[in-house]
Amino acid sequence: MADPRDSGLGQDEAGSVVRPYILTEGRQHADAVQLDMVSVVIAARAEVDEMALEPEQLRILELCHRAQSVAEVSAHMDIPVAVVKVLLGDLIGRGYVLARAPYTTESPVSRDVLQAVLDGIQRL
Amino acid sequence: MASNDSDSRGERIPAAIKILVAGGFGAGKTTLVGSISEVAPLSTEELMTEASLGVDDLSGVEQKNTTTVALDFGRITINEDLVLYLFGTPGQQRFWFMWEELATGALGAVVLADTRRLETCFPAVDFFERRGMPFVVAVNCFEGAHHYGAEEVRAALSIPPEVPVLLCDARDRSSSKEVLLTLVRHVARRTAAPA
Repeated sequence: MADPRDSGLGQDEAGSVVRPYILTEGRQHADAVQLDMVSVVIAARAEVDEMALEPEQLRILELCHRAQSVAEVSAHMDIPVAVVKVLLGDLIGRGYVLARAPYTTESPVSRDVLQAVLDGIQRL
Repeated sequence: MASNDSDSRGERIPAAIKILVAGGFGAGKTTLVGSISEVAPLSTEELMTEASLGVDDLSGVEQKNTTTVALDFGRITINEDLVLYLFGTPGQQRFWFMWEELATGALGAVVLADTRRLETCFPAVDFFERRGMPFVVAVNCFEGAHHYGAEEVRAALSIPPEVPVLLCDARDRSSSKEVLLTLVRHVARRTAAPA
């Protein structure tokens, strides 16, 4: 039951440990865009040059027809958040995806937003 | 021109806001998220390389200890411009480093207390107090567990009087709703009157 990623030298090592980093061409962090786990992303345009993208990136674009967070993309694709961030960073850099940063402590939430959250929860 | 088509559906991108649900292992974090989320709780995993935090290159990554940390989360659409995410934080204390990223920008936190193992929520209470992040303590009333009052739990955990402590049933939607409302009202009070 142990996750193969946790084991040292399993025979699946090349498949499960190396693969995420191959997917991201060795990069661990997205170069330009700082994505948060709850940055919301959405596909930016309809036409896509399928030959220019990885299969995983095409799947991300499909998922992103509906606005959702980086964490949701990661969960639906079953790929770790760190890897999804790099793939998304690439797509954003090439104009395929738009992202909106979440509320942060640097941009504190206003009374209006807090009231909207209260109203939203109350409606549940 | 592609630039004219940059938002083909005319859909606005909502901004996300997050609330953390912390507590010891088995305290009911995912249960609470599931009782109130509009989707079945999603699970994602984060590859964490403890020794490489803050390091930008991959050199020597093969010698480092890579851990997979699972995160469960749910979603509540507030309105067309706002989505609330509820993140269950990894229970074990050794994953404290995960909390840092999760805690960044979070509106506040719910600390779920399990009266059978009250001490398991100490690390979460410490973490949020040290960060100055608003939190409430929700005492999950498990069946068969001895029921303590909110004030007994407050005393046992040395929770200051301004922090709300309430009893809840994490399986119950309206109870979980009350927990979140209590937290957001607490955040609003702190915003209105900074200490």
